[in-house]
Amino acid sequence: MDEELKRIFAGYTGHKSEIIPILQDIQDAYGYLPEDALEEVASFTGVSRAHLYGVATFYAQFRFKPRGRKHIMVCTGTACHVSGAEQVLDALERHLGIEEGDVTDDMEYSLESVGCIGCCSLAPCAMVNDEVVSRIKPSRVGKIFPKKS
Amino acid sequence: MIEKIAGASLKEYMSLFRGEPTIFIGSATCGRSAGAQKIEEIMGQRAAELSVECRMIHTGCMGLCYAEPMVVVFNGDSRGYIYGPVNRKLAKRIIQEHIVEGREVEPIGYVDIAFNGDSFEPVYALEFMEGQSRRILRRCGLIDPENMGHYLATGGYRGLMRALEMEPDEVIEEVKDSGLRGRGGAGFPTWLKWSLCRQEASEVKYLICNADEGDPGAFMNRSLIEGDPHALLEGILIASYAVGAREAYIYCRAEYPLALERLRVAISDLRNLGLLGKDILGSGFDLDIKIKEGAGAFVCGEETALISSIEGKRGMPRTRPPFPTTRGLWGKPTVINNVETLAAVSMIMQHGADYFNSLGTPESRGTKTFSLVGDVRRTGLIEVPLGTTLREVIFDIGGGVVDGELKAVQIGGPSGGCLPAELIDTGIDYDSLTSAGAIMGSGGLVVLSDRTCMVELARYFLEFTQRESCGKCVPCRVGTRQMLMILNDIVEGSGRPEDPDILRDVAESVRAASLCGLGQTSPNPVLTTLRYFEDEYHDHIKGRCTAAACSELMHYMIDPEKCDGCMACIKTCPAEAINGSRDEVHVIDQDGCLKCGSCLDICKRDAVRRVPGAYRQGTYSARIPEKDGW
Repeated sequence: MDEELKRIFAGYTGHKSEIIPILQDIQDAYGYLPEDALEEVASFTGVSRAHLYGVATFYAQFRFKPRGRKHIMVCTGTACHVSGAEQVLDALERHLGIEEGDVTDDMEYSLESVGCIGCCSLAPCAMVNDEVVSRIKPSRVGKIFPKKS
Repeated sequence: MIEKIAGASLKEYMSLFRGEPTIFIGSATCGRSAGAQKIEEIMGQRAAELSVECRMIHTGCMGLCYAEPMVVVFNGDSRGYIYGPVNRKLAKRIIQEHIVEGREVEPIGYVDIAFNGDSFEPVYALEFMEGQSRRILRRCGLIDPENMGHYLATGGYRGLMRALEMEPDEVIEEVKDSGLRGRGGAGFPTWLKWSLCRQEASEVKYLICNADEGDPGAFMNRSLIEGDPHALLEGILIASYAVGAREAYIYCRAEYPLALERLRVAISDLRNLGLLGKDILGSGFDLDIKIKEGAGAFVCGEETALISSIEGKRGMPRTRPPFPTTRGLWGKPTVINNVETLAAVSMIMQHGADYFNSLGTPESRGTKTFSLVGDVRRTGLIEVPLGTTLREVIFDIGGGVVDGELKAVQIGGPSGGCLPAELIDTGIDYDSLTSAGAIMGSGGLVVLSDRTCMVELARYFLEFTQRESCGKCVPCRVGTRQMLMILNDIVEGSGRPEDPDILRDVAESVRAASLCGLGQTSPNPVLTTLRYFEDEYHDHIKGRCTAAACSELMHYMIDPEKCDGCMACIKTCPAEAINGSRDEVHVIDQDGCLKCGSCLDICKRDAVRRVPGAYRQGTYSARIPEKDGW
């Protein structure tokens, strides 16, 4: 087991109720849930792998693929939807050349959509890592998210 | 002891309004995303250049999201001038003219802070605030949420002190007198829930604060936590004392990192002051508060699902009874209250039941916060007495509809309904909304102009609930999917005449037979749009989206009279589907058009229009219909 994982487990007792916070910590550390780490969580908390995957796949937050350095979550809440979130997502897919749920080859950007980030008054918006970018126009996504090459 | 600290805090807080100028910077998520940090930097630099002393205080959101980034400037007295949206130029002018020269620079309004240690009621002179009664939100934007002293200075924790001097039953009685109903949406009487839990014989009981605001279109809880976290914590302390809980959980969405951060700061301050832990204020009452981060599942807003999630399982609801007040977290009696309910409790205990129930309608007492968003001029966070009409909210407070006419109001999130413009004189209270087919929900108010397609909106909500259905019960899992498939057909132009009736049947069954609130309310958007906008369904089935919103049933056109051939749309079109050369009218190649809207978005001359109906050969040169084109 690597040091990072040991450090995370040290904060917990291994009780079943701690599964979600442990998975959240792992995702914070690695950006996603690596398969090896999940094996370790299963043995640490004493639950079956099936149970653990059952929990992890239920929640939208958990990812099983690495994410980019800039992780874009396009808000698709009601206010964003009526102000054109769909077009923003389309424009981003075209601009980055990836589909929702994927990451660019250079690992710079990954793209997802999210139910609502609660910034409805400045719609349409997206969350990039922990920062919110608001009032995005499809024609400006190229400027907001510059590509390296 | 608290009195002593509060006294010192009051002096500290009041000192902000004496002597050197103070600038309050709206630094909630909305303020930050609009560039509050940049504005702060510019103001700081300018102040340094002019060598004036100037304090900067980070506050939460005052509710004026439309005016973000927003600042309030106090220049030596307790009248603060409100500025927004602040750009670089205005930021510099504020420092130069307001701070240095002492004259205001076109503020959008002002606020007077008159207070003593027990009450805090700022008085606003601002169009947006007229018609509002800001009580739960009274501190938001006017205190530093990370400074517990500011909370104490403005009357904080007086409600807790009063509660601890009373018997728990007396506290419940006071909440009963206030008439407070749960602000999470269902409107269950708060006192009754508490009383049911209190009556249980168990030694161990829990209190849970539901801060899993998953409704798209709602952000009241986020703003309240970001602006005034202690109001929530005080409510949790009081509620736990009343029901006999010694452990409390705050279940908050992980999508709200700033709210979580501010809660953590507040909890640690509380602990340092001895207001959390053992024997709080010498009353013999113990409490510990823990934060649980949600992991992104809408259904976890439902109380039994939320409990499963805290227990580390998939967030699936179970049948009730037994209700959580009998068998809740780890099988123990548990009360679950919404953020706003608990903040209201702190206010009720501080000012008494009469203060709370003096506003509102006989059946729905007090005030309610709403997030006012969508096609409305002034978007933001508002608080009005229950019973206020939608017209007052949209036109007086919100300043009316932007771009077009009012078509409908969507209220209550995916579980709510769409009320047509004709019903805008409906008062917003639990019972009136229910009889109109909508629900209060948590309080998201989305204003829709006539550019919104109601069928597409119903489809959007169904897509959401279908995705978020936990799948445990068949009516919800299969029913929402079935409805979504029919709605998809309709917006794609392959609907059948009998579809509206089938939709109605399925919706009724899902409503009657689902296990939890998610399934029971998921048909609401379909049922209300069918009830008030059935014509639109039939229009779609005939091949036309009147609002020109559904991409299969509309097309884009360039108005030859407005196009000046500037090439902007040609350069931006990702599909290279616009032809024309400089200074000549451009033409959209309908076969290549992706309908992405980039041309509409970039055109400065308003020449691109959305036209209802799919493009048919030969219609292009026809005159563009004036009325229903955009």
